[in-house]
Amino acid sequence: MRILEGEGVTKYFGGLAAISNVGFHVDQGEIVGLIGPNGAGKTTLFNLISAALVLNSGVIKFKGEKISGLKPHQVCRAGVARTFQSVKIFGNIPVLGNVLLGSLFGTSTGMSSADAAREAMESLEFVGLSTMRATPAKDLTLANQKRLEVARALATQPDLLLIDELIAGLNPTETAQAMELVTRIRDRGITILMIEHVMKAIMSICDRIIVLHHGEKIAEGTPQEITASKTVVEVYLGDQAYAGS
Amino acid sequence: MDKTTVLSKKPLFLGLLFLLFILFAFLPLYGSVYSVILVTAIFMHIVLTVSWVIFSGPTGYISLASAAFFGVGIYTSAILGKTFPLPIVICFGALTSFCLALFVGALTLRLRGIYFSMFTFGLVLLIQQLLLWYEVNITHTRGRFVIVINNATIYYVMFAILAATILTAYFISRSKYGLALQSIGEDEEASAHTGINVTVLKTIIFAVSALFAGAAGAIMATRWTYIDPFIAFNPLFSFMPVLMAIFGGMGQFYGSIIGAVIFAYLQEMLITRFPYYYMLIFGIILVVVILYLPGGLVGLLQKWRKGDLAEKHANT
Amino acid sequence: MIVEILDIVIAGLLLGGLYALIAMGLSLQYGVARVLNISHGEFIMLGALGAWFLFGFGVNPLVSLAICGPVTFIIGFLLYRTVFTRLRTSSASIGAYEGSSMLASFGLLFIIQSIALIAWGSGIKGYTYLAFPVNVGGALFAANRLVALAFAVFLGLVFYFFLVRTRLGKAIRAAAQDPATAGLMGVNINQVLALCFGLGAMMAGFAGLLISICYPVNTTMGLEYTIITIIVVVLGGLGSIPGSFIGGFILGLIGSIVTYLEPGLSLAAYYVLFMLLLLVRPTGILGK
Repeated sequence: MRILEGEGVTKYFGGLAAISNVGFHVDQGEIVGLIGPNGAGKTTLFNLISAALVLNSGVIKFKGEKISGLKPHQVCRAGVARTFQSVKIFGNIPVLGNVLLGSLFGTSTGMSSADAAREAMESLEFVGLSTMRATPAKDLTLANQKRLEVARALATQPDLLLIDELIAGLNPTETAQAMELVTRIRDRGITILMIEHVMKAIMSICDRIIVLHHGEKIAEGTPQEITASKTVVEVYLGDQAYAGS
Repeated sequence: MDKTTVLSKKPLFLGLLFLLFILFAFLPLYGSVYSVILVTAIFMHIVLTVSWVIFSGPTGYISLASAAFFGVGIYTSAILGKTFPLPIVICFGALTSFCLALFVGALTLRLRGIYFSMFTFGLVLLIQQLLLWYEVNITHTRGRFVIVINNATIYYVMFAILAATILTAYFISRSKYGLALQSIGEDEEASAHTGINVTVLKTIIFAVSALFAGAAGAIMATRWTYIDPFIAFNPLFSFMPVLMAIFGGMGQFYGSIIGAVIFAYLQEMLITRFPYYYMLIFGIILVVVILYLPGGLVGLLQKWRKGDLAEKHANT
Repeated sequence: MIVEILDIVIAGLLLGGLYALIAMGLSLQYGVARVLNISHGEFIMLGALGAWFLFGFGVNPLVSLAICGPVTFIIGFLLYRTVFTRLRTSSASIGAYEGSSMLASFGLLFIIQSIALIAWGSGIKGYTYLAFPVNVGGALFAANRLVALAFAVFLGLVFYFFLVRTRLGKAIRAAAQDPATAGLMGVNINQVLALCFGLGAMMAGFAGLLISICYPVNTTMGLEYTIITIIVVVLGGLGSIPGSFIGGFILGLIGSIVTYLEPGLSLAAYYVLFMLLLLVRPTGILGK
């Protein structure tokens, strides 16, 4: 079943097309990777799905219902949660409060405060932050701040989670933990669409990969197909190979 | 150990609150006329400050519209005071301010930072100028006389408004909406993506805070007997609450109340006798507090207490 | 009819010239030093009352320019070095700095104004200088107004060329673009920002002096001018110096037209324009 699909999604900044006529879909239960060189329009696409930006044309549907045109909080309550490329936590609010906001406001059906608190604690335990619940969020390490963002997103009880660069800036141990976290989230039945730059990580974890370049979708397929694709190697992996040499 | 001190402090605190309540509830019976008027003025400043803090404290949007909401209350009272009984007049004053804030909030709360401050300040002056023009050219009068009410009644009404303001502020800050407002102040974009309807929440809380400023204006008008656009829409009423809140410290709920009490007292003492010196002191304190006491008086107190504790620990 | 139009236009240009001068000062303070200086009008007041005070000793107002300008510059420079530098270094973010520096400038407003009130009282003050009429194409103007306009335009242009042509001006514009990088390139950022703030105060002082040549002044005149200045600066685009110059003239003309139609509404018209602008195009006419 298609949980998320976009048709002809287009976004202009000034006269420049940041995303032009992109069609995509995510199936229920998948982990889909969104990759592409810097400036390819990955985060822009996230912003369009989560309604941080309004698209110029096209349509985005979630569970068969149109969500493009909704406000950010409505998209969240519909069941699409997200994290941010540069972490956006509520620094002076304790860790538990951050997550509590998700369970209090992010769900479609209102929760009693006791249920919300339980839900928030559960999310914290799930990401492994329950011992730090009273710490102001700004005092956490970067890796923990990223986990907190995930916990906050999970507390809104999403069916689809958009993860924007979970690994960037983490050390190898933290990276392994983060990848493990992503699979555990999927095991809970939550579909995942993730942006990532670290190729090794994304190739090992994703069921399917969508490649963006200059705002256009240039390839789509399993990790094996993507690594074998000539176009992708040229525009994307090729870039990296040159940069690496 | 922490828990027991909190538990033993709570009845003490409630007892103190009750004592204060009794003390103020019977003030007109034993106090002088002057003390009743003075305390009314102090109450008014607390209402303005706390109502400002309800919205601007957690969100960080520096509103300079207090004078507009206060002034609208004043004018509503001046216009309706002769035809309606006092409670209705005050409700009307509060509601008119509420509606104005709802309208302004819906229009402007997407403006960030300094633009929002400028807009709200422009609002005060715009209303002032339009009223002035209206009075000079249409009604051909300057200002209005307001029906006079005895000081004790004004006192009790202001006391009731004060209680309502503080209770509302307390319950909002403790509720989930208080937490949501704080998250807006931290990162508005993340709040929206966490499912908070930021526009509606900001607009409603902004309007609720205007409710109390409007009510305070409606009752204060009867105390002043004569008003005109310059008295009613005095920009000072926009600056005062900000200063008092910053001076007291916004980190804690009671900070703004302490700030308002101290400043209102200073003002009432000094402004009639040494108005220029009062303004000078006002300015100096504002600059000093912003420079050296970002947490206000309460922040200073907490720092001092923490330092004290650390010292004790060091000694043991 | 033509005389009437000429009347309105020249009155508007005069007003606009003064507005432009004041707004360029604030634009520099906000655009580079990031202080939305609410006490800007108090420097105007200092310039105006300074000229009036010196006139009492028989000093020609145009000579006073050479005194009031440097004095307001030094006050502004020192204020920045003491108050705002400290605030800038202790603020967590640029947004927090803008908020707290605006509030600190409120404090300065009260301090400067009450010192002036204590020194000079609150009465309206004026003096007569070049008050004879001059005929401009059939419309009559007092000579002092034309002199003020000429000086306002002259000072505005000098200031603009200072920014565009000189080495120091380039350092200032670099600091406005990107303070961190400018610092790396060897620009002493604290010194440059203080300089900008001082220059902004100086422009206000000059403008105040020119105002005092034309109109009666008093110690509480500042706030109204501050607000007009903010309107002009927003109109021209916060931080854009040429925008402020043009915005000043536009607002002056609007003021002159509204005053001709309905004198009581000129300030109200400014505020309406201002609020509409904030809602529709907060970046101003020349903003990005």
